[in-house]
Amino acid sequence: MSTELRSRPAASGPAAGAGHAPRWRSSIGLKIIMAVSGIALVGFIVAHMAGNLHVFEGPERMNEYAEGLRTFGEPLLPRESLLWAMRLGLIAAAAAHIASSVALTRRASRARPVKYASRKAARGEAAHAAATMRWGAIVIAAFVVWHLLDLTFRAVNPVKDVPDAYGAVVATFAPERWPVTVFYLAALVALGFHLRHGIWSAVQTIAGPSAVWRRRWRAAALVTAVTVVAGFAAVPLAVSFGLVS
Amino acid sequence: MTDHAHFRTGDPIADTAAPAGPISERWQRRRFSGRLVNPANRRKLRVIVVGTGLAGASAAATLGELGYRVANYCFQDSPRRAHSIAAQGGINAAKNYRNDGDSVHRLFYDTVKGGDFRSRESNVHRLAEVSTEIIDQCVAQGVPFAREYGGLLDNRSFGGAQVSRTFYARGQTGQQLLLGAYQALERQVAAGAVDLHTRHEMLELVVTGGRARGIVVRDLVTGEVTTEIADAVVLATGGYGNVFFLSTNAKGCNVTASWRAHRKGAYFANPCYTQIHPTCIPQSGDHQSKLTLMSESLRNDGRVWVPARRGDDRAPGDVPEAERDYYLERRYPAFGNLVPRDIASRAAKAVCDEGRGVGPGGLGVYLDFGAAIDRLGKDAVEAKYGNLFTMYERITGENPYERPMRIYPAVHYTMGGLWVDYDLQSNLPGLFVAGEANFSDHGANRLGASALMQGLSDGYFVLPNTISDYLADGPFEEVSDDHEDLAAARAEVDRRLAFFLGNDGDRTVDSFHRELGGIMWEYCGMERTDQGLRKAIGLIADLRDEFYRRVRVPGTGAELNQQLEKAGRVADFFELAELMCIDALHRAESCGGHFRAESQTADGEAARDDERFSYVAAWEWAAEAPVLHKEELAFEYVKPTQRSYK
Amino acid sequence: MKLRLRIWRQPDAEAAGRMVPYEIDGVSEDASFLEMLDVLNEHLIADGADPVAFDHDCREGICGACSLVIDGRPHGPQAATTTCQLHMRQFSDGDTIDIEPWRAGPFPVVKDLVVDRTAFDRIIQAGGYISAPTGTAPDAHAAPVPKADADAAFAAAACIGCGACVAACPNGSGMLFMAAKVDHLARMPQGQPERSTRVLGMVEAHDGAGFGGCTNTGECSAACPKEIGLDVIGRLNRDFRKAAAGTA
Ligand SMILES: Cc1cc2nc3c(=O)[nH]c(=O)nc-3n(C[C@H](O)[C@H](O)[C@H](O)COP(=O)(O)OP(=O)(O)OC[C@H]3O[C@@H](n4cnc5c(N)ncnc54)[C@H](O)[C@@H]3O)c2cc1C
Ligand code: HEM
Ligand code: HEM
Ligand code: SF4
Ligand code: F3S
Ligand code: FES
Repeated sequence: MSTELRSRPAASGPAAGAGHAPRWRSSIGLKIIMAVSGIALVGFIVAHMAGNLHVFEGPERMNEYAEGLRTFGEPLLPRESLLWAMRLGLIAAAAAHIASSVALTRRASRARPVKYASRKAARGEAAHAAATMRWGAIVIAAFVVWHLLDLTFRAVNPVKDVPDAYGAVVATFAPERWPVTVFYLAALVALGFHLRHGIWSAVQTIAGPSAVWRRRWRAAALVTAVTVVAGFAAVPLAVSFGLVS
Repeated sequence: MTDHAHFRTGDPIADTAAPAGPISERWQRRRFSGRLVNPANRRKLRVIVVGTGLAGASAAATLGELGYRVANYCFQDSPRRAHSIAAQGGINAAKNYRNDGDSVHRLFYDTVKGGDFRSRESNVHRLAEVSTEIIDQCVAQGVPFAREYGGLLDNRSFGGAQVSRTFYARGQTGQQLLLGAYQALERQVAAGAVDLHTRHEMLELVVTGGRARGIVVRDLVTGEVTTEIADAVVLATGGYGNVFFLSTNAKGCNVTASWRAHRKGAYFANPCYTQIHPTCIPQSGDHQSKLTLMSESLRNDGRVWVPARRGDDRAPGDVPEAERDYYLERRYPAFGNLVPRDIASRAAKAVCDEGRGVGPGGLGVYLDFGAAIDRLGKDAVEAKYGNLFTMYERITGENPYERPMRIYPAVHYTMGGLWVDYDLQSNLPGLFVAGEANFSDHGANRLGASALMQGLSDGYFVLPNTISDYLADGPFEEVSDDHEDLAAARAEVDRRLAFFLGNDGDRTVDSFHRELGGIMWEYCGMERTDQGLRKAIGLIADLRDEFYRRVRVPGTGAELNQQLEKAGRVADFFELAELMCIDALHRAESCGGHFRAESQTADGEAARDDERFSYVAAWEWAAEAPVLHKEELAFEYVKPTQRSYK
Repeated sequence: MKLRLRIWRQPDAEAAGRMVPYEIDGVSEDASFLEMLDVLNEHLIADGADPVAFDHDCREGICGACSLVIDGRPHGPQAATTTCQLHMRQFSDGDTIDIEPWRAGPFPVVKDLVVDRTAFDRIIQAGGYISAPTGTAPDAHAAPVPKADADAAFAAAACIGCGACVAACPNGSGMLFMAAKVDHLARMPQGQPERSTRVLGMVEAHDGAGFGGCTNTGECSAACPKEIGLDVIGRLNRDFRKAAAGTA
């Protein structure tokens, strides 16, 4: 054992001029970005879900709706103005959402370099959220890629005629293409879980409600998630079971 | 008085540095007469503060604010974990916010009387004066004290006081006060004024040129032993109740810092004065590691009883009213269940000694809320005491709403400590002692809610004012690394550590500590006798020999080694225990927390002996036998009377 | 009762650690969890083995020193209870109990079950205080505080700095601890002048120490022995947003 004398350096203040990281790169800044972009995505999803329900009104109305989106504002605005404005907003929101979630996920894994040997199921107000959010997000991301190739670019869809959105939807969920339908439904379940936590979480991040309001918002998030999933699922199920053809 | 076989009597202490004049002006005068240090020079002066409890954190923060260069140490991983965090009840201050007749003088009076006339009037008066500034300071820091609906501070009456002067933050007053001091301290750390060293234990004091100049510390993580030199050393290292092994103190509380200073020449005053708290959860078995305090406020509504008949082992609910002995109400009709701590504690021991105790080992009495629940309703009782009831149930597994609580006294606070003068300076120049570590302003007994007051008074207000007078002579000459006094102190630390690690023993440190605690509790606990104390001195000496022969400390010195830490502390407890017994033996009177069976009135109450014992017993370390120096106490403002709670 | 324990043993910060099995018999149900470990250590020392290092001090649930993850739960299975207040009657004869340290990058293991939590102190240094040098205070009644605010401030201030929130959080975030302090001080009139600089400074220190961000999974609050609620995190976010935007 050593008793060597070690003289201590004089106390000094915190390193001067260390400089601040930009506030939006802080953990709370990223979380706010994730929440705001998430809310934008929720807005899109709800509108999209409502739009899809035109399928039940028959091919004309559905295609009219799809065409309506493209001709909005004509002739004042060029064709597809609204669509591209929406798409740009959507791309920005999705990019911000994914970038912030990736940054936070990487911080999280650095903050827990050694895993627990024994881990019990989560407890607390938002139990299971952690487990469903990140895996769910990957499923949703994979889904969106497929979905765009399928119904937007028609790369994997039998119906290449863009104005015929109705035909494309009916074709993609044709009974013999049941694996596609199953994949869609699975993605919807993931989306449902993502929304159930996500909507509440965004409100918690942005507004910081009291315990009572947290409970109300959790209920609202659940209702929205169920509505969105049911609304979306109605279409592939109806097509698969021949209610719509 | 002739010298005892166990000690020698030395010269009395002549000077306590207290200023003269009317008592209410003394503190003013002292502040004015003390020399100041020019702000530019403060940066050249270094002060070591050992301890980060209420006393240490407040002192380190304040000295840092003043511009001194402060080094602050604690053995926990964070300053916030110092034992002060555990204080529950509250802190007194003579604010008279209730307009119920409180004043500085009344707080002074109550505290001198509560201390059973074994404290210094000058110090107690200063404490009472400063008490009001403490509350102001803590509120400014954001301490969330309980408030009334009007937004003003709430007060309660505590421990039988006739005025409401206790400020509190639910049952966590110590926590909130300490966090306030801790935050002020961390602010100074960030500002570079305080150099903080956590998980470091002071193992030796460095005295050179007649002054305390530094400490030897061990880094508890790496095991590295280093020395820090400064112009003054402040010990704020808390109390030593853990000499009893079982106490309400945190497991780490120890006497090492004080004891090492004592062995370097600092006097240790009134070591036998220990406060026993009557409402603790009784021991449940041999595994017990510490005792838990239940707030004293429980006695406001709970009724204390035991079965009237010895050996009655019926469940409490089956004992009919007529066969219960509400012994406090019976013996002290005026105060009933609210008699002071020492009386309630001794009465509980007495009924258990008669074989009427309840629970495992017959060491417990009932604290029954049945009547309160009938009178106020369960909800009202729950609103008042719910968290305490939950804590009780967590520990005992019994539901106190249905079955009376069991309580038993436990060691709680130590009034003794290093002797200091009015300036909080020990007899070793440059060694200052604050908080529970000094022999404190409370005398032979401590009223509830006054230790927090003293810790903060010492740290925020007294010490920063008085230490400047000493530092005005500094900076003192450099002490080189190879200075012989410094080398000797380090060598002593090395020797002790090497001894423990090298000892070829077969018994654990805890097993010795537990046994030592048992001896102390039996013979130097609530009731002490001449014969018992003599026996204890012999038993302690034998056990100490065995300790050095048989103690086993595994591991090495170059790592986190919790057994090694404990071994050093227990070694010092052995020496302290012996001094406590000698002090208790020589004080053949009953006063405050010290009850000598030979000195009681006809009806079994404590009999103080002002003729012979109105002094502070300050002990000087000597290898053969300690030397007693008496500091006579004079009472000009409060006339000594015998306490009576009949 | 008789128990099988699997305890994380790690000689020092650099060494690798692993779960090591132990058996212990004759455990009293009245013993606390730490007392059970005391008994185990007495046996280990007697057998010439290295006793298990763990942090503890007050043993009454207030100092925040004790820090064990018991069967995957920080502070064990009982709600609102620190490790030191957990008693063996919560377990049954024959149980296997896993005991691990807090696991977080900013809380490196010192030895066995002891971790270094000084990162929390650094967060406080970055602003977790009100600047009120000794002797400068006005009378305590100069600034009344509405009772509701005082009570809410107290509830937040009850945090014992144990770090169970970090241990429980899937992101290893120190948000609950930090938010409790920010909220405590933000609720008091005394805390207003430094409100913005405090929250900005503390968040920066929190992130700099390597804690993860919060994604509102709420496990921190469920593990917190003092039941600090998620409100404090919501209020922290708001304070941060306002301060960062310069509108506070
Ligand atoms: C359960 C309980 C409840 C209480 N309730 C009240 C109450 O309601 N009202 C009241 O007025 N009083 C109360 N008290 C008493 C009061 O809490 C203490 O007397 C007081 O807090 C002591 O403060 P301190 O600063 O002197 O020491 P402590 O808070 O004990 O601090 C000691 C410091 O010294 C350090 N230290 C010790 N030894 C060494 C060493 N060798 N090397 C380095 N560092 C060292 C420690 O790390 C620690 O930082 C209570 C006590 C207990 C046990
Ligand atoms: C590309 C696919 C997506 C990815 C990779 C993704 C990723 C994430 C991640 C990692 C989180 C935080 C998880 C957590 O709380 O633990 C999150 C939160 C959230 N997501 Fe997504 N998400 C995706 C799609 C969506 C969609 C389509 C929506 C809306 C419909 C959405 C809405 C939200 C909301 C509202 C939150 C909560 C924000 C917060 O925590 O404050 N996400 N997302
Ligand atoms: C099963 C239910 C769904 C059906 C039937 C469906 C149908 C469609 C159709 C027909 C289009 C093309 C519209 C057009 O180009 O006119 C489309 C586009 C799109 N869908 Fe879906 N969709 C479903 C679910 C989802 C889900 C769950 C998401 C997101 C997670 C999603 C995201 C998108 C996106 C991003 C586009 C591209 C929009 C654009 O081109 O601007 N869809 N969808
Ligand atoms: S918030 Fe709760 S869990 Fe976190 S440190 Fe404070 S008391 Fe512990
Ligand atoms: S568990 Fe972690 S994610 Fe947030 S709500 Fe608590 S800090
Ligand atoms: S040991 Fe203090 S909180 Fe557990």
